[in-house]
Amino acid sequence: MTDPFAIEIEELVVVRGKNVVIPDLSVRVPRGCVTGLLGPSGCGKTTLIRAIAGIQRLRSGRVHVLGEPAGTPSTRERVGYMTQNSSVYPDLTVRQNLHYFATLAGTGEGAARAALANVGLQDKADALTAELSGGQRTRVSLAAALLIDPELLLLDEPTVGLDPVLRRDLWQLFGALAADGTTLLVSSHVMEEAGRCDRVLLMREGRLIADCSPDELRRRTGQTDLEQAFLTLAEGSAA
Amino acid sequence: MTRTLATARRVLQQLSHDRRSIALIVVLPSLLMTLFKYVFDGSPAVFGRVGPQMLGIFPFTIMFLVTSVTMVRERTSGTLERLLTTPLRRGELILGYGLAFGVAALVQALASSATAIWVLGLDVNTPWAVELFAVVDAVLGTALGLLMSAFAVTEFQAVQFMPLIVIPQLLLCGLFAARASMPTVLERTSDVLPLSYAADAFTTLGRTSGFGSHLAKDLAILAGCCVAALAGASLTLRRRTP
Ligand SMILES: Nc1ncnc2c1ncn2[C@@H]1O[C@H](COP(=O)(O)OP(=O)(O)O)[C@@H](O)[C@H]1O
Ligand SMILES: [Mg+2]
Repeated sequence: MTDPFAIEIEELVVVRGKNVVIPDLSVRVPRGCVTGLLGPSGCGKTTLIRAIAGIQRLRSGRVHVLGEPAGTPSTRERVGYMTQNSSVYPDLTVRQNLHYFATLAGTGEGAARAALANVGLQDKADALTAELSGGQRTRVSLAAALLIDPELLLLDEPTVGLDPVLRRDLWQLFGALAADGTTLLVSSHVMEEAGRCDRVLLMREGRLIADCSPDELRRRTGQTDLEQAFLTLAEGSAA
Repeated sequence: MTRTLATARRVLQQLSHDRRSIALIVVLPSLLMTLFKYVFDGSPAVFGRVGPQMLGIFPFTIMFLVTSVTMVRERTSGTLERLLTTPLRRGELILGYGLAFGVAALVQALASSATAIWVLGLDVNTPWAVELFAVVDAVLGTALGLLMSAFAVTEFQAVQFMPLIVIPQLLLCGLFAARASMPTVLERTSDVLPLSYAADAFTTLGRTSGFGSHLAKDLAILAGCCVAALAGASLTLRRRTP
C-alpha cells in the first residue's frame, strides 16, 4: 500500500442516455482524509460516485480504486457506498436491514450496533423502516454503509434534510473516521459544507473547476464565503 | 453460501411483514380449490380429473406474480444497485430469492394439497408425488418471475406479464384440449413450454399410481427449466448500468 491515492481517475467519459454527463475528467483523491464533492444539483456528482463504486457504465477512461479497477470483488469488500436515495428495505425493521448488510459484508452484530449508535438511531432499532421519517431513513442507509468498516466510504449527499445538530455530529464522525485512516468522498450541493472537508472538488456541468483545500479556495478567489467562491470560479470557467 | 442464506432470510422477513402476501401465498390456493370443487358440484368427476392439475397451476401462477413484483421492486428502489456494490454475487442473490420463495412454495403446496386431499376428498394415488410436482411448479413460477422481472420497468409492467407468460401456457398445456389434438404449430409450441410437462405429470398422477420413468422425465424437464430460468435471471442482472 505505497500508493498515496485512494481513487485515481483518468480521462473519464460518461454518457447517460443522450447526455454527455462527464465529458473528460481526471482526478486523484488522497487517502485518509475527507474530500468533498461539491456542485449544484445535476452537475454529475452521483454519476461520478457511481463510476467510483463500479456500477456506472463508462464510455471511456480508467477508474482505479484502492489500487484496483473499480467494481472488482476485492474492492467491493473494501468500499462502502451510500446512495443518494435511501437504499434500504422499507418493509424490514432497522435492525433487520443492518443485520442483512452486515452479513453480506461479513461483519457481525457488534458492527451493526456501533453503526446504529453512530447515526443516533438506537431507539429506532425495532421500528419498521417504512415508518421512519425521510431523514431517519437516510441515516439507516448511512449506517448500512458504515458498518462494513470500509477503507473508502462514498457518501452521496448524506446530510441532506438533516437538522443542524445531526449534521454537525455526522461531520464530526466523518472527521473521526478519516483520523482513523478511512478515506471519505462526501458529496453535497450545499457549498458551505465545503468548509468541513480537508479537500474539495468543485464540479460544474460534469467538469472539475477546482481541486484544492477550502482555504486555498478562499485565497484563490478572494472570497471568504464558499458559496461566493463557487460563483467566482463558475463565472471564471464559463468565460 | 452465507450470503445466499442471508438473502433468503431477508426476503422471508420482508414477506413476514406483509400479511396480504402471506394470505395470497398460503390461504388463497386452498380457497380456490374449494371454490373449484363446489363449482363442479354437479359433476364430481371433473374435480377428480382436473383438481390435481389445479394444485400445480395455482402455485405456478401465484408465485410468478409475487416473485416478479418483488424483484421489480428491488430493481427500481435502488436496493439492487446498492447490493451489487457489496461482495454479494449475482448468482447468490438469485439463489437466495429462489430459496426464499421455494420455502414459501413448499408451505403453499402443502397447504393447498392437504386441503384438496383431506378436506375436499380429492382422490390421488400418490399424494407425495402430487406435493412434489406442486412445489416444483411453484419454484418454476418463481424462476420465471425472476427472469421476466428483468424486462419490466415498473411493478405494473410486471403484472402485465401474467397474461403474456401464464395464460398461453395454460391454454396450450393440455388442460383444455389434448396437446396431440392441436394443430401441429401449437403442439410444437406446447412442447417447449414448461407448464405442458407439469400438466402431463398431473395427468399421469391422476391415472396411475407409483412413480414411473414418465414422471421422472417430466420432473427432470421441469427442474431443468427452473435451473435455466434462474441462470438466465442472474445473467440479466447487470452490475454496471447506463
Ligand atoms: N439514467 C439517466 N439517463 C440519462 N441521463 C441521466 C440519468 N441519470 C442522470 N442523468 C443526467 O446526468 C446529469 C447528472 O446527474 P447526476 O449525476 O445525478 O447529478 P447530481 O448528482 O450532481 O445531481 C443530469 O443532467 C441528469 O439529467
Ligand atoms: Mg446526485
